[in-house]
Amino acid sequence: MFILIVGSGRVGSAVAKRSLDAGHEVSVLDSDPLSHERLDKDQLTTWEDAGGRFTVSTALEIDGLIEAGIEQADVFLAATSGDNTNLVIAQIAQRRFKVRRVVVRVADPGRASWYAEQGLLTICPTQHAIDQASRVVLA
Amino acid sequence: MYVIIAGAGKVGWNLARELIAKDREVTLVESDHARYRVVEEELEHAVQYGDATELWVLERAGIQRADLVIAVTGDDEDNILICQMAKEKYGVQRIVARVNNPRNLQHFRLLDVQPAVSATDLILRLIEHEVPEYGLIQLLALEEEHLEIIELEVGADSDAAGRRVQDIELPDGSLIISVLRGGAGFVPKADSVVQPGDQVLLILDPGLESQITPQFAPNGASPG
Repeated sequence: MFILIVGSGRVGSAVAKRSLDAGHEVSVLDSDPLSHERLDKDQLTTWEDAGGRFTVSTALEIDGLIEAGIEQADVFLAATSGDNTNLVIAQIAQRRFKVRRVVVRVADPGRASWYAEQGLLTICPTQHAIDQASRVVLA
Repeated sequence: MYVIIAGAGKVGWNLARELIAKDREVTLVESDHARYRVVEEELEHAVQYGDATELWVLERAGIQRADLVIAVTGDDEDNILICQMAKEKYGVQRIVARVNNPRNLQHFRLLDVQPAVSATDLILRLIEHEVPEYGLIQLLALEEEHLEIIELEVGADSDAAGRRVQDIELPDGSLIISVLRGGAGFVPKADSVVQPGDQVLLILDPGLESQITPQFAPNGASPG
């Protein structure tokens, strides 16, 4: 599978490394060139030597998304630090580039649940934290 | 009419002032606390503090009964989402979105956030109106209806100059709807003669411009 991940933060970079280890083709896009370090951290080889791709671009730039391979992507993960950026680029991936599987990280539970109803695969870390903390607190 | 404006920058604040002066009911939403405090001194209860991309903030502002939502924050993603949720989640009839970076206009269109207003585009259109070298001025684009109205100046020795409207070779899907001459305008008949220096307004299917402009170009570029 070809997996495109936008946002090389804690979540994006970790999922990227895991996907590459699992034998998939992986491309990562981030506006910050320094975020590349997260992909090399604790690895024996550099990200590129391991077979990964990295593109520096802002998430909303169509040329950047194309350079990162959005037209070939089977899976698209929007994992930047901005909920609204994630929700907009996820819809671009879905509607404009017809990516089969689009996954979006949304920190705000309200927006996460509404956009999930609209057909996006949303992941809400805040909701997981709420559920888990409630379970422990109320145990 | 109840209007919610997201973003109390220069645009949002002034819009709110104007609308309040016209007796509209307005709520302005601002997410920066320092800015909110400044605006609140003038607008008092008409401004609320919060992030307008959060559902509860929109609901607290009364989005369920809003007739118009205007998203004019400095962030295009925010403006897109605010309008998308206003329209699709809360059924708000009318929205207006501000485009900060004209390169993002395509995203507003893709997600059906319309009308989307870009200051850069507006200024560019004004420049085109002031600089005749551009020749063609787009006056109105009805995107959903796939029609546009353009203005062209009739060049001195162009093919169209001195011809009757019916004799000007225009592609199917275009029509001369008005002629402006000496500060006045009229709706031409088939036998009205177009003169050099006239401004003609045409309605057309988008994309036909390149077939139309040669007829009006000063050097008469097309075979007559």
